[in-house]
Amino acid sequence: MSVVDRINGVARKVPTWPLYILGLLPVPWLLYLAQTGALGREPIKELEHELGLIALQLLIAGLTITSLRRYLGLNLIKFRRMIGVLAFTYVALHLLVWVVLDMSLLWGQMWADIWKRPYITVGMAGFLMLLPLAATSNNLSLRKMGAVAWRKLHKLTYIAVLAGGVHFLWLVKGFQMEPILYMGAILFLLALRLPARKVAQRA
Amino acid sequence: MARRWKNTLSENDVTPENVFLNRRQLMAGGAAALGLGSIGGALEAAEGLEPSSYEDITQYNNYYEFGTGKSDPAQNAHLLTTAPWSVKIDGLVDKPGDYAFEDIMKAMTIEERIYRFRCVEAWSMVIPWNGFELADLLAMAGVQSDAKYVAFETALRPDEMPGVRYPVLDWPYVEGLRLDEAMHPLTMMATGIYGKDIPNQNGAPLRLVVPWKYGFKSIKSVVRITLTDKEPPTSWNQANAREYGFYSNVNPEVDHPRWSQASERVVGGGLFSKRVPTLMLNGYADEVGDLYAGMDLSKFF
Repeated sequence: MSVVDRINGVARKVPTWPLYILGLLPVPWLLYLAQTGALGREPIKELEHELGLIALQLLIAGLTITSLRRYLGLNLIKFRRMIGVLAFTYVALHLLVWVVLDMSLLWGQMWADIWKRPYITVGMAGFLMLLPLAATSNNLSLRKMGAVAWRKLHKLTYIAVLAGGVHFLWLVKGFQMEPILYMGAILFLLALRLPARKVAQRA
Repeated sequence: MARRWKNTLSENDVTPENVFLNRRQLMAGGAAALGLGSIGGALEAAEGLEPSSYEDITQYNNYYEFGTGKSDPAQNAHLLTTAPWSVKIDGLVDKPGDYAFEDIMKAMTIEERIYRFRCVEAWSMVIPWNGFELADLLAMAGVQSDAKYVAFETALRPDEMPGVRYPVLDWPYVEGLRLDEAMHPLTMMATGIYGKDIPNQNGAPLRLVVPWKYGFKSIKSVVRITLTDKEPPTSWNQANAREYGFYSNVNPEVDHPRWSQASERVVGGGLFSKRVPTLMLNGYADEVGDLYAGMDLSKFF
């Protein structure tokens, strides 16, 4: 039995619901760290950044599922919805921290920032794109919409994850490696899908 | 240059206490409370300038030569050798040369000054610096009459600065001031914080402090000061001229292209710390507003 088969076998047996709880554990953990001072001298910014980073990592993880199956035969498709819903949750928490803690509910300044600051505009656009995806991440919606329409809608993920990558790239000062590496990973994973689609269209 | 306060100090000179106190009250009147002892404390209270904690000041830093994370400098800056240290003063000066840090310290009068510190990233602190007026150091080298600008350079030590392996900026870090800004009595070279030697992550052994400008103008660990007749290049301006101007005065009405400068958060308030409005010229408009009379600050940002 190959390693891939063995992982597939384990994956079939693992239920998804405990993973939602596991996936959310970083939230109380980060809040605890913020309270104890372990997030440094400016816990608001750190909390905001950590939540955003986890969101981006989950979005990227969601992108890998299809490619893992196509290129390695690894079937983790049953976890994709969980990853997507968790990613949305972290994006929403990241936004909440920005609104309440970072911007102190200064609505006027926030509204101006959303329109005037490209990185905030892009981030907010990414969040709005994730809203219909999160709302339809359930079996009922899938049935009601039909698989074709549902799949079409969920292609918005590609644009949302790009928005996340650009949001990160655009907010740092100077030339920094980390956001470039994230953007590279996103572009690589999206590029993996291109040839397969072309082949499918030809066939 | 009319406002220049000439320093002819030798080792034996000590500022008379009454002069010191007068100057202190002068500063305090304009919000730059010079704090020492109980009088300082009273003035601070009146101004609402409560110094940030030593931990906040020394563990939340931007010093990209040691990494771009806020805690990287506190972690890595111990690698920097700060003794021996000398500052090359050259260009349009009467006495160019390498000035040993000890010799500078012997010639200067160290005072404590409590200044607001506003980062371009919209966070701020209140820092009790120890140091001397830059004008005194420049007087030591003798500024020639055709000098119009002062250029500064930070040490570049790839062996001691892990951050310079990455081209975050075009190293070494350089900054500059107009001569009248450099000569202004608020402009100082800091060599200490809270009465202790300035920690490496804050720019040891000596760094510029220009309290009405965004923090990145206050260049750290200075190794060279050059008097010139042309506006010198500055690191952030070279990296992104649209976002960082030569002047970089704190100005709530001129936003950074990517974020608003209207408000700031004082570091150290924890998770529920609220934003406060940013003050024109960081609260030093009365002292330095004249320097920019008639200038369009949205153009010369």
